Amino acid sequence: MTDIAQNIPIAQHPPAPRATGVLGWLRANLFSSVFNSVLTVLSLTLIATVIPPVVRWGLLDAIWSAPNGAACHSGGACWAFIGEKFRFILFGRYPVDQDWRPVIVVGVFLAMILAACSRRMWGRRLAILWFVGLSAIFWLMAGGLGLTHVETALWSGLPLTLILAVVGMLFGFPLGVLLALGRRSRLPAVRAICVGYIELIRGVPLITMLFMASLMLPLFLPAGVTIDKLVRAQVAIILFSAAYLAEIVRGGLQAIPRGQIEAADALGLSYIQRTRLIVLPQALSMVIPPLVNSFISTFKDTSLVLIVSLFDLLGATEFALTDANWQGFYVEADVFIALIYWSFCFFMSRYSQMLERELNRGRRR
Amino acid sequence: MASEEASLPVAPARPAPWRDPKVRGIAYQIAFVAAVVGLGAFLVHNMLGNIARQNIATGFGFLRREAAFGIGESLISYTPADTYGRAFLVGLTNTLYVAALGIVLATILGTLMGLARLSGNWLVAKLAQIYVETFRNIPLLLQLFFWWGLLNKMAPGPREAWRILPDVFVSNRGIVFPAIVANPAYRWIAVAFCLGAIAAIGFGRWARKRQAETGRQFPTGWVGLALVVGLPLAVFLAFGAPLTLDRPALRGFNFAGGSTVSPEFTALLLGLVVYTGTFIAEIVRAGILAVSPGQSEAAMALGLKSGQRMRLVVLPQALRVIVPPMTSQYLGITKNSSLAVAIGYPDLVSIANTTMNQTGQAVEGIALIMAVYLTISLAISLLMNIYNRAVALVER
Repeated sequence: MTDIAQNIPIAQHPPAPRATGVLGWLRANLFSSVFNSVLTVLSLTLIATVIPPVVRWGLLDAIWSAPNGAACHSGGACWAFIGEKFRFILFGRYPVDQDWRPVIVVGVFLAMILAACSRRMWGRRLAILWFVGLSAIFWLMAGGLGLTHVETALWSGLPLTLILAVVGMLFGFPLGVLLALGRRSRLPAVRAICVGYIELIRGVPLITMLFMASLMLPLFLPAGVTIDKLVRAQVAIILFSAAYLAEIVRGGLQAIPRGQIEAADALGLSYIQRTRLIVLPQALSMVIPPLVNSFISTFKDTSLVLIVSLFDLLGATEFALTDANWQGFYVEADVFIALIYWSFCFFMSRYSQMLERELNRGRRR
Repeated sequence: MASEEASLPVAPARPAPWRDPKVRGIAYQIAFVAAVVGLGAFLVHNMLGNIARQNIATGFGFLRREAAFGIGESLISYTPADTYGRAFLVGLTNTLYVAALGIVLATILGTLMGLARLSGNWLVAKLAQIYVETFRNIPLLLQLFFWWGLLNKMAPGPREAWRILPDVFVSNRGIVFPAIVANPAYRWIAVAFCLGAIAAIGFGRWARKRQAETGRQFPTGWVGLALVVGLPLAVFLAFGAPLTLDRPALRGFNFAGGSTVSPEFTALLLGLVVYTGTFIAEIVRAGILAVSPGQSEAAMALGLKSGQRMRLVVLPQALRVIVPPMTSQYLGITKNSSLAVAIGYPDLVSIANTTMNQTGQAVEGIALIMAVYLTISLAISLLMNIYNRAVALVER
């Protein structure tokens, strides 16, 4: 037996390709096949053609300080423009001597958002905190009670963007929940009106809503009544986001097993009790991640108010670009505020992914 | 006793009317409808009063009046002497044009990037991830301004235009590229292409039927390619390969010859495609990840080749997940094309905006925009629902 085993000739194989170390990693991840090698080479070429000019423009040839725009045209980026317009881009036309107020407002907003991200805070405490925070924000922005009054036409920059997004979401959400409940209602007239509203709003661009708010709404009001421009745009954003939120909430409502509702009925709960105690808590907790995503898109969508000439972050930037002393720094300005928008949205989308993982953990058992 | 009781005809106790769910339901609905109608009537009443007070004309009669404003670019002939109606038509064609191109290009870019994120190649996957994470998190309007600023303000004049490819120049007047000079042969090539496509579909059907009956396989892919590409190519060669390029050349201060696309159009298309491409990439990636690996393994065990595995096993299942969210992305491109108003591409909204400023008839203008977008949205939803029904799971 052992003889036979020993007599089998063993073909000589080359050693297996290295699977560890730098070379092994390169082989496995970049050059595993001819096609992959071609892709790697193409990607490297792309990086080699894009990165050096961008680095040269943004860092090496860039000018970091200059007395005016004319001294700042060198072929590189003019970051001096950002240094010059930093304050205007962030706070826009808000009175300069009152700058500390928007600074605190942005700080309070960040604190409120961070507090809302912590799941331990969810509940009544957070609601109180947000109520206090928002009241403080409006007091700081508008003035009164010892602070100089600042009219809403001067509110601009980052605080305005945050207000439009947060208030739009905060007021759009209850309206969205009501619309979603209406769409799931047994009463045909209620259902038809809610479906009509949701589909109408979702079928048209946000710009139409903003045009409607700025051009048509004044016509719809009784003679002599005027509404502030900012409030009109805010109403448009609320009505618009409500339709999208309604569809998200409807997803949660549809996912609730029939038995839950039957059990609530068997306990003798009324419609309102059933909805408030049984249906909504389950439905809403299921749709928290898509709600965060919807908040991200509302945040990005607020930039459209520039079209009805409000000076949000993007509007203030575009206004800063019209300065005759500093002309032509479009790309620098856009890159700068893109970084601001990006940091907010990236943070929120990462948070939503994390939340999704955490909330699914319990459901996956 | 008990039997006597059971036989008694007991009418179900009718609750008092204010406790009867049916009566209550009707009452709620009447109240709700009355509130909505009342609000609407109040608004319309105010509007009529305001319109009468401000002497604003009403009705769509203005569509037949002379527009008297120029439009930068248009697919159909237009002069300022044309009517507002014609101007709206120009805007509508421009919107449809940019939206259709955007949908096609965003689908291609998004699918490629979605596949790249799943690639085994580390570098390719990372690059695709950087693309998605960067452009998804920046507002579209800002991206439009960025591209427009780059093309319109940063790009040099025609004399110092950037040459990105042979005979393709980028300047602040737009992108100029060689145009193919029209030739009567091209009509026949188009006919040949259509015939080839029909023949390829017919052959595919026949081949599938034969395979179902006899089990023999036919190279449908190659034959189809030969029909679709070969037939027009044969016609092209039969006409003596008539190909003249109209190359752009610098004359004076601008390019003469070639075709030009404006910076506004380029910026809008680029912005829409790059922004929406990120969302499509995520949809495609999620769709493919949703197909369990066991499906691929089973296909491999059956001996299917990698192309067949993708086409026959993975893709049909992934499409079920991909198609519904894709519909909302396509709707998004169409609706987002209205941001053209911010960078001066004459789309429907931008022309309606000019019209409303000139005539003061905001209600009619906005009603027109809404009607058009609702129609487009419904049309896209309808088409995608038909397609979705074709790929959806057919259950017993």
